[in-house]
Amino acid sequence: MSVLTPEIRRKIEAYLSRYPNKQAATLPALHIVQDELRCVPAQAVREIADMLDLSPAEVADTMSFYGIFRNEDRKLGTSRLWICRGLACALREGEEVLADVCHKLHVKPGDTSADGKITVEFVECIGVCEGAPAVLIDDTGRGNVTRDKVDALIEELRKR
Amino acid sequence: MVKFEPVLLKRILKKASPSFDAYRADGGYQALQKAVLQMTPEQVVDTVKASGLRGRGGAGFPCGLKWTFLPKGRPGPIYMCINADESEPCTFNNRVLMEEDPHQVLEGIILSCFATKATTAYVYIRYEYGASARAMQKAIDEAYAAGLLGDKILGKDFRLNVFVHRGAGAYICGEETGLIESLEGKRAWPRIKPPFPAVEGAFRKPTVVNNIETVACVTHIVDRGADWFKSIGVPPDPKNPRDPGSYGPKLYCISGHVNKPGLVELPLGVTTRELVEKYGGGVWKGKKAKAAIPGGLSMGLMTEKEFDIPLDFNGPSKVGCLGLGTAAVTIIDEDTSMVDVLFNICRFFEHESCGQCTPCREGTGWMLKIVDRIRRGNGRREDLDVLIEVGDRIGIMPGTTICGLADGAGWPVKTAIRKFRDEFESYIKEGTKTKALPLVGAH
Repeated sequence: MSVLTPEIRRKIEAYLSRYPNKQAATLPALHIVQDELRCVPAQAVREIADMLDLSPAEVADTMSFYGIFRNEDRKLGTSRLWICRGLACALREGEEVLADVCHKLHVKPGDTSADGKITVEFVECIGVCEGAPAVLIDDTGRGNVTRDKVDALIEELRKR
Repeated sequence: MVKFEPVLLKRILKKASPSFDAYRADGGYQALQKAVLQMTPEQVVDTVKASGLRGRGGAGFPCGLKWTFLPKGRPGPIYMCINADESEPCTFNNRVLMEEDPHQVLEGIILSCFATKATTAYVYIRYEYGASARAMQKAIDEAYAAGLLGDKILGKDFRLNVFVHRGAGAYICGEETGLIESLEGKRAWPRIKPPFPAVEGAFRKPTVVNNIETVACVTHIVDRGADWFKSIGVPPDPKNPRDPGSYGPKLYCISGHVNKPGLVELPLGVTTRELVEKYGGGVWKGKKAKAAIPGGLSMGLMTEKEFDIPLDFNGPSKVGCLGLGTAAVTIIDEDTSMVDVLFNICRFFEHESCGQCTPCREGTGWMLKIVDRIRRGNGRREDLDVLIEVGDRIGIMPGTTICGLADGAGWPVKTAIRKFRDEFESYIKEGTKTKALPLVGAH
């Protein structure tokens, strides 16, 4: 049973002409699959390897190095809320924001809220230091997320 | 003395549209036309060499000189990788350049590829910069539509393809060979050098890796000339014949305990005190500053008494810091525990060590464990000497690791303990516990 839909395969194939070999399309392929399926299942690793003329071990080796990618046991929720723990944010209550979010959603970093809406993570400096404390929502940064803004942020993400 | 006017931030400060048409209307792509229609690639390389431009990614290597390391006349492709991985904590200047004036960056990329005869450029953008990736992709699409990318650019025998390649959350991808390994679809383990990328880089072909701010400078150097660039900044130290000087404008990122964190463009050589007081709105909450980091965490720590050294490529090393780094200046106030600051820094490097080299993998782990033990009130007398010893021994400078992450991990440990020793000693002697233990598993 193929996990990669024809649409996903089409998107991956579109990347192949950018590089002189197929292995270079590994990261784009992993991103495409995870964006669609909210994880990269083991079967997807095999199918990506097949498309890129690699062994599944090679794809799994790359995937395991980067903390972004999740296997099917730890599937992501609808939104991924990363809270920055870099120095500039920690100096302006970033750690307290992380604690507040975890307490309100009853999760620890890495887990997804019970309603499946929000996965909470800490993240290393996301480069929004002029707006510390900052968060990353999926792949878009947002600054000035102070402790008093946490409730509104959670409500916003619950509605997505 | 001519007052300095921002160049890199000029359009951004007046909130000009990032679109191709607006950039063109503001005089954009004239430098590219001049280069492609009136100059040879060799002349562009010579101009950049003459300007004294040094890389803005952290190492400060002379850009034009690096370009000359490419082999001449060898058949086959040359690649350019634009390093937009910007992950040095407290640094955000590349993000602002890409999000708000992507064509300035793109013009610099095309110019650099014209100069180095690269036929494909990969803009490696960290995953966390989604808005930057979208802005750069839009600019690239507009450039293709306008005939400034693809085959026969400006009607000449100049062919270039530019692709955005998204990272996946690893600081080590900012190291040029880590970036290349990641581009090739592997784990980002840096390579032993030599061979350097100019000889054998991406896909085993000659490759140049340049930072985003560096290529943005190339745009203006071709536009206004090498002499203009050298009229800004600090000339070489006459006592040091190997000093290439600190020329040109620099983006300084101000963060931490100031009233107005933000980005400012100034000639190289401004001091920390000027950044805090003239541009950063002063230390926050009416407090005094105790310490600062001059150029991202890897550079180590400065005391408040060291705030008057110029932040050019030479200044920070005179006070025991690793160098200018990314010119990301973070201010720490008098009420902050330096043990907490060092814990935050050690936690970052332990997490980001790629694990390839034993001294870094084990050393960052042990430095974190020891500092954590100190901040929980269980420090031991010998801890500080062990920390300094580890910090001194891991890295490319002591010759024990493949890349410089370990040097960056060791420098904050050494500088924090040497410059703030009494604070660490009082934790150990009095069994002080830090007030801000991690509140939830952020580690």
